[in-house]
Amino acid sequence: MDEHEHPHVATVGSYVVIFLILVALTVLTVFTALSPLGHWHAPVALGIAVVKATLVFLFFMHLLHSPKLTWLVAGGTFVWLGIMFALTLADYWSRGIVGRYQ
Amino acid sequence: MATVPLAHHFRTPAQQHHAALLGMWMFLITEVLLFGAVFLGYVVYRANPALHGGFVAASEHLGQSVFGFEHVPFLGAFNTVILLGSSFTMALAVRAAQVGNQSSLVRNLGLTMILGTIFLGIKAYEYHHDWDIGLIPGFKFDKAAWAGTGVDARHVELFFVFYFVLTGLHAIHMFIGMGLLGVLWVRSRMGRFGREYYTPIELAGLYWHFVDVVWIFLYPLLYLIRH
Repeated sequence: MDEHEHPHVATVGSYVVIFLILVALTVLTVFTALSPLGHWHAPVALGIAVVKATLVFLFFMHLLHSPKLTWLVAGGTFVWLGIMFALTLADYWSRGIVGRYQ
Repeated sequence: MATVPLAHHFRTPAQQHHAALLGMWMFLITEVLLFGAVFLGYVVYRANPALHGGFVAASEHLGQSVFGFEHVPFLGAFNTVILLGSSFTMALAVRAAQVGNQSSLVRNLGLTMILGTIFLGIKAYEYHHDWDIGLIPGFKFDKAAWAGTGVDARHVELFFVFYFVLTGLHAIHMFIGMGLLGVLWVRSRMGRFGREYYTPIELAGLYWHFVDVVWIFLYPLLYLIRH
């Protein structure tokens, strides 16, 4: 809605639905933490967190109906965060491979 | 109706509104990198096999015995729902401003502040509990309690350094958010916002939702991942 005079107004019902989904995902993440998932605990818990965060971004923070420039800025966040995580972990997680760690 | 002067470098109030929102998103990027750096430090130590046992044992201590739940991180889960609820009422407050519903705006801003206060109250109770059982690194850490458990007390202490820096940084953001909402609540009661002008409400909403998103990641990372 680039610079239109009237913003997109979501219905109260749609906010209720998003809120209930977020609560359900919170309950789900507690149950998965108590389940025998072995090595899958971290990926599942973080995956659920990413879904919850995406719902908050898109609907509560109105990203879905924001101009493309806002999408670019919001997306840029993850580019910078990705660079920080990728380069740092590439160092720490490769030290055992070259046999000089521990 | 409430309006704000149009700065000379904008063509329309709508353009001015969008520029303000974009600026807020830019600020939130810097916030993501602030929290992201501490998250990264946590991940680096957490992924180190030598420290894993200490971190898991420390995380178990976040599930205080409440309502008969011994190891379920009940308070953390309850607080997550409280904070999601506050984001919900904040979203309704922004919507109320968009449609010019004055009483709904004031009511939802008030509800958001009440839920934020409940969250901080529970957080304070958790911190108090940590103090009682000696889990405060550097100030009141009970190293002797870990003797003979097979867990290195220094690793437990390191986990709690991350726990208090992350949740403390988050709590500071909550206090700032509460301050912003307090000012906006008073200004809303004075009738300063309406359909034509509600930029500050939407900016505070973006900030509040962002703080919610930080907690969405803090909760599983600190309280749940124990394997």
